[in-house]
Amino acid sequence: MKKIFALLFFCFVLISCKNDDDNIDCCSQPIVTDVTFTFSHNWEDTEVTENDFNTMQYINANGEVLTIARIRYLLSRFELVNTNGESFPLTGYKLIDLSNPESFTFNTTISDGTLYPGLYTLKFVYGFNEEDNIDGAYPDLNSASWNWPAMLGGGYHFLQFDGMYNVDTTSSPFNYHNGTARISDGNYEQNFVSFEFFPEVEINYNTTIEIKMDISEFFKNPITWDLNQYNTPLMPNYDAQKMMQQNVGSVFSIGQITQE
Amino acid sequence: MKKWLIYSVLCICLSCSNEPTDADTDAYVPTPSPLEIPELFENLIIAPVLPIDNPQTVEGIALGKKLFFDPILSADNTQACASCHAPQNAFTDSTRFSIGIDGIAGNRNSMPLFNMAWNYDELFFWDGRAFSLEHQAIEPVTNPIEMHNTWDVVVSRLQQNDEYPQLFEAAFGDQTITKELATKAIAQFERTLISANSKFDRYLLGDATLTQQEQNGLNVFMDENRGDCFHCHGNPNNPLWTDNIFHNNGLDATFSDLGLGEVSGDPADNGKFKSPSLRNLAFSAPYMHDGRFNTLDEVINHYSEGLVDSPTIDPLMKKVDEGGVHLTPQDKSDLKAFLLSLSDPSFINNPDFQN
Ligand code: HEC
Ligand code: HEC
Repeated sequence: MKKIFALLFFCFVLISCKNDDDNIDCCSQPIVTDVTFTFSHNWEDTEVTENDFNTMQYINANGEVLTIARIRYLLSRFELVNTNGESFPLTGYKLIDLSNPESFTFNTTISDGTLYPGLYTLKFVYGFNEEDNIDGAYPDLNSASWNWPAMLGGGYHFLQFDGMYNVDTTSSPFNYHNGTARISDGNYEQNFVSFEFFPEVEINYNTTIEIKMDISEFFKNPITWDLNQYNTPLMPNYDAQKMMQQNVGSVFSIGQITQE
Repeated sequence: MKKWLIYSVLCICLSCSNEPTDADTDAYVPTPSPLEIPELFENLIIAPVLPIDNPQTVEGIALGKKLFFDPILSADNTQACASCHAPQNAFTDSTRFSIGIDGIAGNRNSMPLFNMAWNYDELFFWDGRAFSLEHQAIEPVTNPIEMHNTWDVVVSRLQQNDEYPQLFEAAFGDQTITKELATKAIAQFERTLISANSKFDRYLLGDATLTQQEQNGLNVFMDENRGDCFHCHGNPNNPLWTDNIFHNNGLDATFSDLGLGEVSGDPADNGKFKSPSLRNLAFSAPYMHDGRFNTLDEVINHYSEGLVDSPTIDPLMKKVDEGGVHLTPQDKSDLKAFLLSLSDPSFINNPDFQN
């Protein structure tokens, strides 16, 4: 994949150098055009991959032994903010599926503004904010059956986390699915989370930022999640939806930043 | 470093090759016949998968259709693809296990064929063992409990036939018949099998209204407290009505057919089969990979109170210890009414798809 980008980049240079109407100072102040994110997943200090699904047992903060069958989640509105508070939105959104390693890389472009190398604050939204969370509006997400039922406010899932709990005893399913919260019929409450990471990260021409997900945090912080009480169905459960929103706050962190 | 050199040479070549590398200017080109993408699919889901080395053409589709309905493919000239994939059954058959030419039944229910260009992962069969429609089409011909033939025999029969060589020439510009060209033609025909005109489709387009029953059935389907079918079988914004992914939906405690597990070799995949589309259920009974259910009532009862636990059961199968969520009789019959609104009579009666 990298090689292809390198190749494209190289071609681009060659092709653009052939043009003799090139702006003379085209290369004196190079700008950053894109940023790459990678996504990694762990349970506390242990890496979690698809190979661990259904077999590896984890103990959550409340003491239930569980296995994981499926995790998908949506991040959107990636944004870099410079030290003057100027914001540079990045293009697109990303649905990450732990059973599809290809989804662990997100190469995105600066959608607005001229970005120079430097220090930036990284922001993103977990799920979609209200403006973006439009029912049926995204064909790629529809094709992935990522929709959130209209009767619960519509739009899209933010998270689908399925597994079994109490696997050491009775073994029952849990479906930790998060999206818009329904207060009552026809009355909904947004449920996304805005992240902003400190300290600033150094953005250069070829920066890759690792976003880490600690899955254990879904059950831990600030609310110690009791799977015996909250297992399934949780989508129509307002309290469960809002508790998830709170717990998501400590799930994501920045990992390694690499420059090439 | 060496690689960079190669890349740069490559790039220079690419960017410098302005003049067309003029191939035969009078090379034969069959008539393009791009897939007609239904409005609903165009609006809601991503584009179908169309291999660049097998573009849809009028002649290719016509040839593929002829092959699909022609028993010449089977060893004793008795069985066509259509024998087990009949238009009036939404291109499946009505028996539990299809019977091959030797009178031997397989252990799987035939599958309905439609909207297959939207199977984005291109994994075909109940267990996903064939990648791409072109590859899939190779298999039934040689399968000992289906057409029980060899491709050498098929190719020589087609070559000696008085119509096929011209038809292959028209489709591919070549009289020389190969199994690759035959399967390409079949795949082209299969990609035209598009179903997007059910009552529910017309409802989504604003051209039909749902009955109270159908509306409530949709709610059951979409309600995590009740049916919760949409996590695997699509939703009004994913009108394929399948995720084309493999799950264990709680049919058995132990597996005589390992499904995906047989293909992947991973015990965690045992008992997983591809979610079928819920379109055209009115025509495609019996149901499930082994055709165990004859009616939709049996299917709904399975999900409602017949779930059986096993190590690989999907966590979306709720209350397994109680057999399921126990839908009320009203919800069951409404769910059924909704499911039937996904059936598309214009698909099975489409004259383009008849022999
Ligand atoms: C004897 C009956 C029989 C015949 C003849 C037959 N099929 Fe099938 N077909 C089946 C069965 C049974 C399955 C499911 C088998 C499995 O999953 O192992 C199937 C599956 C398929 C699928 C997979 C669909 C999906 O969505 O995954 C395609 C495509 C298909 N057949 C096309 C063909 C073509 C093309 C021919 C002729 C070359 C053909 N079949 C001949 C019985 C038959
Ligand atoms: C966990 C995913 C999942 C959920 C949730 C689910 N299904 Fe299925 N469904 C499947 C799979 C997988 C199959 C095929 C299983 C097999 O044959 O072994 C299937 C098969 C079916 C079939 C048979 C179709 C055919 O052509 O043979 C029907 C009908 C069906 N499901 C309806 C429903 C309904 C109604 C619901 C909700 C009450 C539902 N499903 C919930 C995965 C699911």
